[in-house]
Amino acid sequence: MADAPQIPNEAEVRARWGGFQWTPENAAQTQKVIARYPEGRQASAVMALLDLAQRQVGEETRTQGWLPVPVMEAIADQLEMPYMRVYEVATFYTMYNLAPVGRYHVQVCGTTPCMLRGSDDVFAACKNKGLVKGHTTPDGLFTLTEVECLGACTNAPMVQINDDNFEDLTYDSMSAILDDLAAGRQPKIGPQIERQTSCPEGGPTSLKEMVSENHDYRGEWA
Amino acid sequence: MTDAATPVSAPAPFVGPLADKDRIFTNLYGFQDWGVDAAMKRGDWDNTKKLLEMGQDAIIDTMKASGLRGRGGAGFPTGMKWSFMPKESKDGRPSFLVINADESEPGSCKDREIVRHDPHKLIEGALVAGFAMRARAAYIYIRGEFIYEAKVLMAAVEQAYEKGFVGKNACGSGYDFDVFVHRGAGAYICGEETAQIESIEGKKGQPRLKPPFPAGAGLYGCPTTVNNVESIAVAPTILRRGAAWFSSFGRDNNKGTKLFQISGHVNKPCVVEESMGISFRELIDRHCGGIRGGWDNLLAVIPGGSSVPLVPAAQIMDAPMDFDGLRALGSGLGTAAVIVMDKSTDIVRAISRLSYFYKHESCGQCTPCREGTGWMWRVMERLRSGEAEIEEIDMLFQVTKQVEGHTICALGDAAAWPIQGLIRHFRPEIERRINENKGSAPMMEAAE
Repeated sequence: MADAPQIPNEAEVRARWGGFQWTPENAAQTQKVIARYPEGRQASAVMALLDLAQRQVGEETRTQGWLPVPVMEAIADQLEMPYMRVYEVATFYTMYNLAPVGRYHVQVCGTTPCMLRGSDDVFAACKNKGLVKGHTTPDGLFTLTEVECLGACTNAPMVQINDDNFEDLTYDSMSAILDDLAAGRQPKIGPQIERQTSCPEGGPTSLKEMVSENHDYRGEWA
Repeated sequence: MTDAATPVSAPAPFVGPLADKDRIFTNLYGFQDWGVDAAMKRGDWDNTKKLLEMGQDAIIDTMKASGLRGRGGAGFPTGMKWSFMPKESKDGRPSFLVINADESEPGSCKDREIVRHDPHKLIEGALVAGFAMRARAAYIYIRGEFIYEAKVLMAAVEQAYEKGFVGKNACGSGYDFDVFVHRGAGAYICGEETAQIESIEGKKGQPRLKPPFPAGAGLYGCPTTVNNVESIAVAPTILRRGAAWFSSFGRDNNKGTKLFQISGHVNKPCVVEESMGISFRELIDRHCGGIRGGWDNLLAVIPGGSSVPLVPAAQIMDAPMDFDGLRALGSGLGTAAVIVMDKSTDIVRAISRLSYFYKHESCGQCTPCREGTGWMWRVMERLRSGEAEIEEIDMLFQVTKQVEGHTICALGDAAAWPIQGLIRHFRPEIERRINENKGSAPMMEAAE
C-alpha cells in the first residue's frame, strides 16, 4: 500500500476544517444539484457535493483540493446521510483526494493506448522535472499521479492537469507544459500538435465542408 | 438512396466507405459551434414534435426495424430493449432513462466527441427515447474526468430548456420530460448499468445482481433502461430518415453506421463514422494514413476496446469490422475502439498493463474478481520479465477460466479475455522470454 494516501493528523485537520461552511455561491449550487433528484433521494447529490467541496477546499488552499473528514461530515449532515455512506463514496471514486495535493495535480494516463503512443516519455519528462509518482514536489506545485484511461485514446498520450486535458504529447511538449505552469503561464489546452480535436492529423478524411462552414447535409439526403 | 445502398435486393451488403451525407455526427470534430442555434442549422431539433407524433409503438418498431444494436459494447438490439419497459405504471412508479456517458473502456473515446461537439443530438435522442419508453426523465451519467465535456453538456441542456425542447410540454408535444446530468467521479465499473444506477443513487458503484433487471426495478426501484450515448444520439436521425436508410449499411444483423476510434500505432489516429462491416484495411488506409511502418509491420489489433481478445495481424487485415465478423475471429466489436499494435510493441507488457487496469478498477465485491485481477496481473508481470516457469502459462489460463463467468458483472470476464487472447496467439513469445531468462545470458529488459 505504498501509494495509499497519507491521511493527515486528525486533530490538526479538525482544527483547520472543523467549521467548514459553503461559500454563498456554492451553497446555492448545492440546492440546484439536490433539486435534480426526486424528493427524499437527496443522497444522489453526494458525488456532486463532494466535488464541489473539494473545489472549495482547493480555492482556499490554492491547490486542486481535497476532502478533510470534517468536510465530509458536513456533507453527510446536509444530505441526512450517515457519515460512513459519504466516506464510502469518497474512498471508492478516484477523483476525490483523501489527502492534500499540490497546486497542479498532474494525472498522466498510463493505460495501454497511451502506453503504445509513448506515455513512458511523458513520465520521463515528469521525472526530469522532479515529479515523483504519488508525491507532491517540495514547493507544493505539482502532484504526480498515474491514472487509468481518461477516454482520449485517439489523442494519446495525454495528461489531465486539474481541469484541463493536454493531448498528443511528447517528451518535449510535456516538459514545456510543466515549465509553463511552474512559471505561471497558461499552456495551450488540447492537442499539442497541429490538429483539430480527434480529427486525423493534417485534416479530415470526411466531412470536409464542415471545416469552413456549418454545412447542412440535409439537402443531399435522397 | 443510391443503388449501392439498396437493401435486401442488393447481392452484396454495403460496407463503406460512407458518404458524408449519410454521416449522422456531422460536427464530430468540433469545427463548428456545438450550441443550439448551430445545431438546428445542421438539422437537430427539426420538428421533433412530428417524430413524437409517430407514437411510442411506431418509434420502437422503427428502431427495431433499423437493426440498431447497442453501441456500448454488448450489442443488444436497442428497439427491443426499449420495448421491455412497462407500457403503463400499475403502481404509480415513474420510469427512467439513464444514458451511459461513463466512457472508460481503454481505447474508447467516441461518446466524448458526441457530448462536446454534438450534444443536441444526444438531448434530442433522450427526449425521443424517453418518450418511446414512457420515461419521465433522463439522467445522463457522464464520467467525472470529462470536466469540459460535462460543462458543455450542462449548458446544452439549459439551452434545450430555454427553447422549450425539454421540460414541461417538450417541443409542444404535451409530454413532460426532464433531462438531468449526473457527473461521475472516476470509476470504470460505473459503466456497468446496475453499478451506474447505484452511483446515481449516491452509493459506491457496485453492480447489482440480476434479476431483477433494471426494466423491472432500476433507478430508485423504478423501471429503468440504460443506453449508451451513441445508441441514443443516433435515434432522431434514424426516425427522420427511416429504418430502411439505417439498415442499408452493413451486413445482416450488423446494420448501421458506427463511430470507430482508432488509436495506437497508426499514422493518424482518429475518430471517424463509418459503415458497419467496413474492412479493417479500408478503415485504416482511408482514415488513419495506414499502419505505422506499413502493413508488414502490423503485429496485432485489439478491435473493440481493452476487454476483447486481441487478433493477430494476418487474421484481422481484411476482416469486416462488425459484431459477427469479429466474433468469428474469437474477439468482438465492443465499442469499436480499435487499438493497433505494430511490431515494436512489447505485447506481453501491453496486455499486462490492461491486467493492471482491471486490478485497479475491480470494485471489490466478488472474490474471484477482487483477488483474481491482482493475481493475474502479478503473474502477467512475471511472464513479461520471463521470471516464471513454463507451467505458469497454463496455470494463468486456468485461473482466467475460473474468474470468467463467476462474478456478478462482466468485469471479471473483461479481465480474463485479453489474457486468454494473448496466450492463445502469442504463447511462443511468452515461452521465449522464460527460456531466455533461464539461460545463462541475462535477457535484455524490454522497453521500460
